[in-house]
Amino acid sequence: MSLRIIVLAKQVPDTRNVGKDAMKADGTVNRAALPAIFNPEDLNALEQALRLKDAYPGTTVTLLTMGPGRAAEIIREGLYRGADSGYLLTDRAFAGADTLATSYAISMAIRKIKDYDLIICGRQAIDGDTAQVGPQVAEKLGLTQITYAEEIQKAEKGKITVKRRLERGVEVVEGALPLVVTVNGSAPDCRPRNAKHVQKYKHAKTVTEKQEADADYLDLYDSRPYLNLTEWGVADVNAEVALCGLSGSPTKVKKIENVVFQAKENMTLEATDEAIDTLMRELILNHTIG
Amino acid sequence: MNNLFVYCEIEDGVVADVSLELLTKGRSLANTLGCKLEAVAVDHNTDGIGAQVFPYGVDVLHLFDDARLSPYTSLPHTSVLVKLFEEEKPQIALMGATSIGRDLGPRVSSALGSGLTADCTSLEIGDHEEKKENKVYTNLLYQIRPAFGGNIVATIINPECRPQMATVREGVMKKEIVDAGHKGETKKHDVRKYVGDADFVVAVIDRLMEKSKTNIKGSPVIVAGGYGVGSKENFRLLYDLAATIGGEVGASRAAVDAGFSEHERQIGQTGVTVRPKLYIACGISGQIQHIAGMQESSIIISINNDPNAPINSIADYVITGTVEDVLPKMIKYYKKNTK
Repeated sequence: MSLRIIVLAKQVPDTRNVGKDAMKADGTVNRAALPAIFNPEDLNALEQALRLKDAYPGTTVTLLTMGPGRAAEIIREGLYRGADSGYLLTDRAFAGADTLATSYAISMAIRKIKDYDLIICGRQAIDGDTAQVGPQVAEKLGLTQITYAEEIQKAEKGKITVKRRLERGVEVVEGALPLVVTVNGSAPDCRPRNAKHVQKYKHAKTVTEKQEADADYLDLYDSRPYLNLTEWGVADVNAEVALCGLSGSPTKVKKIENVVFQAKENMTLEATDEAIDTLMRELILNHTIG
Repeated sequence: MNNLFVYCEIEDGVVADVSLELLTKGRSLANTLGCKLEAVAVDHNTDGIGAQVFPYGVDVLHLFDDARLSPYTSLPHTSVLVKLFEEEKPQIALMGATSIGRDLGPRVSSALGSGLTADCTSLEIGDHEEKKENKVYTNLLYQIRPAFGGNIVATIINPECRPQMATVREGVMKKEIVDAGHKGETKKHDVRKYVGDADFVVAVIDRLMEKSKTNIKGSPVIVAGGYGVGSKENFRLLYDLAATIGGEVGASRAAVDAGFSEHERQIGQTGVTVRPKLYIACGISGQIQHIAGMQESSIIISINNDPNAPINSIADYVITGTVEDVLPKMIKYYKKNTK
């Protein structure tokens, strides 16, 4: 069966490679010092979608991302790897959203896209590690969810079979479409960019990006409609402003603190036999070991 | 009404440690608030649950017993909690930050329109003043969690919405029996009033659960390796030392990501939190997210060829050297000088 798949993806600061300059003196995050990347588990999710596209001809893969204007980079990256189209959800009113307000906005955009059989996203984003948006989007759309997916094994007769990787085991479940699948980092890595796709989509742009683009290229967008990336704001997806962004977020940040660990006085040893023997003797004598 | 609820995870009739840890924390928060502690068990054959949870000071146990509720699937358990919470209006609801709790929690919070904070490392009760609106909220749940890869710690509150929901990872809270003889009230609910047939849209075809292979949380000695260990082969040395002195092997996230060790052994914010008597950190630089999961160890030894590794600042002993050099020496001395 062919499927209409929506992949949810997020552009995130690369928190795994936080250098010394990532934190400002006042304890806030210096976002400029962190490269923006395609959230790793969303790439695992994209790969699952592309595998279904390979297995079931006629399947389409549409990317949906929410973020500032530059998050359009995520859509292009997805197109380079084999997705068919993409939507950027961007609006000042979305700023400051917690997971619930984020899920609301995304669910409204999915309602606007309307035709879909399957929604796939990464289990969690590395800037928050909450793993909440997938299940919350499912709930807002009245769909069930299959979380911690490692492999979507098949899609037949309106059902999909999914292998899940849990903390202490593996589960194979079957669910009726449409539904939401969140994909684990243990799933296969995403395929690299395809040179032909890069050629085809390198000028793909949102409306806002086109306004800043070189005038030489502008006529391209009429002759090649696939280069136009859809950009939506609050009104385009019929969202209520009060439910978006900061105002739509039940959780508030009361306080942020830079992490400082209490330094201890320590004893520094060279890696000589003597020094190590002395340490070991002490640990045995005070019954820490042995 | 307005009590503190804990969702209990159950596997093969046994309540998970993380749930007992939350009941322990829940009991002390409930005492601060002057409210009841209530536990929710959603499973099949739940007769043995009461005896497991009452010693932790549970005042009321809600039982939902139906063959279709085990093993866990998202929608039936969500429906139970959403309806129960609509009736009981808890002020706080806690669950484990496990593959179940992280599937269930967001769904319940979305259905109730209430805020959920994932992976809290600390829970406290406190007040909040909204200066702009000139409003004071008393006895809120401070949900304290690391954010941004562990580089900052954020205190999150839900001033308006109830329940205030939070998930906590296994091992972060301590489990402690308050009264072995305590007996609370058991309420058996009619499952059909809470769950509809339409909730059973996902079928579990196959399930293979293993008992945990490692017991790093309970081990008094942990030999942990980081990316600096260099290879899976070098990790063998850590196993040798752990076997010799009687401990378990742990790993940092970087070592797990590099494939040196399995995920089950990961220590830190995204792994387990440990408090052993002795923690030997081998080739671990000491990212904040790792330190958060082991800083309460009684004695910390850092073995690192970088004398300026951040972890050294919280260590009791710093050995400047390589794992290949130092570990065999430790093993040799121990073997020669015991028994």
